[in-house]
Amino acid sequence: MPQQLIQFEGVCKRFGDFVAVETVDLGIEAGEFFALLGPSGCGKTTLLRMLAGLEVPTEGRILIDGQDMSGIPPNKRPVNMVFQSYAVFPHMTVEQNIGYGLRIDRVPEPERRTRVAEALALVKLDGYEKRKPDQLSGGQRQRVALARALVKRPKVLLLDEPLSALDAKLRETMRTELAIIQDKVGVTFVMVTHDQDEALAMATRCGVMNRGVLQQVATPSDLYEYPANRFVADFIGGVNLFEGRLVGDEDAHALIEADGARIWIDHGVTGATGATVWAALRPEKIELSHREAGASPPPTPACVPAGANLLEGVVRHLSYLGSETVYDVEVSGGRMVKVLRANVRRYEERGFEEDQPVWLSWSPRSPAVLLQ
Amino acid sequence: MKGDRAAPLDYLARWPFRLWIGLVAIFLYAPLLVLVAFSFNTSRRNIVWQGFTLDWYRAVLDDGDLLAAFGNSLTIAAVSTLVSLVLGALVAVACWRFRFPLKPVFEGALALPIVVPEICMGVAMLVFFSRIMPWPDGLAWPFSLGAIIIAHISFSFPFVAVIVRARLASFNRELEEAAKDLGAPEWRIFLDILVPHMRPALIAGALLAFTLSLDDFVITFFTAGPNTVTFPVKVYSMVRFSVTPEVNAASTLLLVVTVALTVIGLKIQGRDLGKMEGGH
Amino acid sequence: MPEIGAQEWKAAKGPFAVVFGLPAAWLLLFFLVPLGIIWAYSFGRTAGLTGIAIDGSLANYARAADPVYISVFVKSLGYAALTTLLCLIVGFPVALAITFASNRAKVWLLLLVMLPFWTNLLIRTYALMAVLRTQGFLNHALNWVGLGPWPMLHNNFAVVVGLVYVNLPFLVLPLYSALDRLDRSLLEASLDLGAGHIRTIREIVIPLALPGIFSGILITFIPAMGSYLTPDLLGGPDSQLIANVIERQFKRANDWPFGSALSFVLMYLTFIAIAMQAIIARRRRRITP
Repeated sequence: MPQQLIQFEGVCKRFGDFVAVETVDLGIEAGEFFALLGPSGCGKTTLLRMLAGLEVPTEGRILIDGQDMSGIPPNKRPVNMVFQSYAVFPHMTVEQNIGYGLRIDRVPEPERRTRVAEALALVKLDGYEKRKPDQLSGGQRQRVALARALVKRPKVLLLDEPLSALDAKLRETMRTELAIIQDKVGVTFVMVTHDQDEALAMATRCGVMNRGVLQQVATPSDLYEYPANRFVADFIGGVNLFEGRLVGDEDAHALIEADGARIWIDHGVTGATGATVWAALRPEKIELSHREAGASPPPTPACVPAGANLLEGVVRHLSYLGSETVYDVEVSGGRMVKVLRANVRRYEERGFEEDQPVWLSWSPRSPAVLLQ
Repeated sequence: MKGDRAAPLDYLARWPFRLWIGLVAIFLYAPLLVLVAFSFNTSRRNIVWQGFTLDWYRAVLDDGDLLAAFGNSLTIAAVSTLVSLVLGALVAVACWRFRFPLKPVFEGALALPIVVPEICMGVAMLVFFSRIMPWPDGLAWPFSLGAIIIAHISFSFPFVAVIVRARLASFNRELEEAAKDLGAPEWRIFLDILVPHMRPALIAGALLAFTLSLDDFVITFFTAGPNTVTFPVKVYSMVRFSVTPEVNAASTLLLVVTVALTVIGLKIQGRDLGKMEGGH
Repeated sequence: MPEIGAQEWKAAKGPFAVVFGLPAAWLLLFFLVPLGIIWAYSFGRTAGLTGIAIDGSLANYARAADPVYISVFVKSLGYAALTTLLCLIVGFPVALAITFASNRAKVWLLLLVMLPFWTNLLIRTYALMAVLRTQGFLNHALNWVGLGPWPMLHNNFAVVVGLVYVNLPFLVLPLYSALDRLDRSLLEASLDLGAGHIRTIREIVIPLALPGIFSGILITFIPAMGSYLTPDLLGGPDSQLIANVIERQFKRANDWPFGSALSFVLMYLTFIAIAMQAIIARRRRRITP
């Protein structure tokens, strides 16, 4: 297996009694766009800063390209960082800011000018050389910070919440731009964010952290469809969690009895019969159909036992979001289930309204079974 | 710096900085410690340690002139602090609350006593009290100190004003407006709402005014008449003419008083700020 | 300072009169008037034993331009500059260390540096005398190792040491204040881009903290220039600074008009220093965020 570019081995960071990062083992491949995702205070920024050399791990070590970074200060690492506040030097022009790192490397003046111009072109700030930071907008300052870091051609670029200070429209633009730049330049990006949409959209792989512990590292789709535990399932996207007992477990299928629901899965679950498990059902994977007195419930595949993967409910509330609608459906026992339905047609003859009785059904392939 | 476990900007963790700070601390404190130590020395000559004694402190307590001078200094400091607090707080409120013509000029004038070299002010006071407004001789005790007290107030209250003004900047005007809305008259607003907010600044200002007054030499030297001697002035003549460890003892006592006051003041300020911050 | 909510004085004449009137009257009568008299005297001359005639002549200022007095002014300026420089060199690492220390350490370190500031100037100077005397502490130690005794008291060396000793806390606090206000991520960014610590301090810290550094310099320079006690107690006959000369005019030579003129020259120098600092601050304000 080719050596990973970045390796965290048993990295732990304590501030006095407070444990910010608890024993992280993580590998990041060259060329990846890796996102560290988690709620505030989960330790992701601390982990990033340790990679940059701005914090020193209490235990463990970090390797970049096979080289142990212990004792190596930030100015000697092949890593550059785009800070959350951009940290653009206010008393220097854009040109001087970007050229700062090159000046330190004693790059001769003509080459320096070319590279600065290249970097400016890359972030689409051509012509802004002589401007001062206080003459730039937030988004432009961020691009200067990006250019300043990339111009040194580091092996790794670190981004600390790069889009959090931008307004919504700009954020969307920058998302695509950053991904394009990364592709063009081929540098490994490691980004820290608390916005899961951002992480899923931009990254090739994400690491989800909570309270200093790395919960799961996977591709965005794997994180979404195959969450490792309840925290990840809940943190990424919306989810309906059914807590229940593993009643039947075979090689090819399993049955979970949750309060009021019987959930039949089309694969085996590695767990003891009778154990407590959770079934995570994404709102968009639930089908909504009208329930009328006397009519039969929607059909289910033959292998599914009767009454499984089916729930009776009443629509209590709906949130119209334009391209989709979110329904809050009350099922037996008073429990609320969220269902998301794309508004495929402009006008439906029989749409769903409040207080409407409905059937909730789903495919046996849809639920993700969580053991923790 | 290889191999250290400290964050890159944690300068204090590096030994060169610790060494430097250590040396600076020695530089600043060694002379004072020597002075205090030798106030307990039996020898008169202040170099060789010969024995522990409290004789010099007894000498201080027996020295009527010195005690009178100390009493004068304390009285002057107390009165000066009180009046400076009032004047300083008033003018701070005036500048914070009101717009008036030539305000920048007034604020500049207010800064003058802080900026003007002490000798210039001392000389001005000398001339003022000997030619223009001669302070009557032979007044009963506290009033004989009047000229000095006036001089001290003059250079103290602008300092108080600066501190109080800074504190007022963080005042939420909505509190004032709420009180007005509830019908409170101006003076009530001042006493019930403004003064409590100013309290940390008033304490800091009082501490500063007291110390400035207690320590002042130059201005007092020029303003004092022949019969009104303050502690620093008396110590000065002792240092100039008859150096005995009695001076050390007297100095140590003053040091203790100053340090104690500072610590108390800081503690009150810290507690106050904590309470205030939580409440607002 | 934003004057949001400040009222026009006419809107509340009564309260304004109270808060403004009393302090303003005091300032006028007991500060501005005495200074004004000195200023008037500087244009006069002694008349008889105790009289002073103000005749608008510039004779005193002309005399102040005499090389003897010019040299005293130059010396005062020079010593003040030297003192400030030494305080900067000694104090900058201290301020730097305090800025980046933990919150607890910060409090103790600041206290450590500021405590001498709270103690009496006279006592501090006297304490220094005991250390520097020919039979004093330092010489005693030097004798031990076979060096000296060196004359360290009652000369220019002692005055400079004394001025640094007395003024050092004056500089550390504003320095710390200026450094503390810096955005730490700017320094981290500089390090991240490959700069060493010295370069970061030279190219990022100092330019951005310059206004604060300059006000610290001012707070140290002015008292050092107008210092009286330190040269008086620690200096020799040739270490007189301007404050000592002024004192002589008023106490012994009894030439008040001349002393007044000298006082005002000192004040003008002070104002020039302040003006220079204000200009630099204004020019730099556009750069600091």
